Amino acid sequence: MSGLLSLLGGLSLLLGTLFLALGGLGLYRMPDTYTRIQAGTKATTLGTLLTLLGAALLTPGWSIKLLLIVLFVMFTNPLSSQFLARAAHRAKVAPVAHADQLAEDGEDLA
Amino acid sequence: MADLLLTLAGVAVAVAFLLALYRFVMGPRAVDRVVAFDVLTIIAVTGIVLTALISGREIYLDVALVYALLSFLGVIVAARYLEGGEQ
Repeated sequence: MSGLLSLLGGLSLLLGTLFLALGGLGLYRMPDTYTRIQAGTKATTLGTLLTLLGAALLTPGWSIKLLLIVLFVMFTNPLSSQFLARAAHRAKVAPVAHADQLAEDGEDLA
Repeated sequence: MADLLLTLAGVAVAVAFLLALYRFVMGPRAVDRVVAFDVLTIIAVTGIVLTALISGREIYLDVALVYALLSFLGVIVAARYLEGGEQ
């Protein structure tokens, strides 16, 4: 039973860190700031959550502190992503795609 | 088996860190650098948790939690600064 649990934990850990590496690859390859924000923050959020789940499966005694970190990451990561995208828009960074929904809808929605 | 998976996970974290570090150094705009910094802090939190797993010490989880809190505040401050001061 504990062998199965540690195997699942290790696989989840590895999958999460692979998502982190993919997020880094997206940050390296993507053409403009907004696509970099997408690739960087979404993939790494999933990667961190999977890694922390794997750590909780490997060492069940640490679950409560790991759950605190998971909650904190789930609250703060999308928030910082949104803040960065709005800062880029207000600093007049042009997107590669020509659609700019935020400028069409008006700044007050941001 | 678990040791091998931990080692592979550490290698993947190192690869992610290097790729994000490239964007942090080379980023053509300040916003790109702040995005790269945000991603670097997330990767660093995962790296601290991996360190806790490898060394078997629970105290590193507290370090990861405090680091996540402080780096989030840093990213928010940098984003507010980039928006310009006309609020």
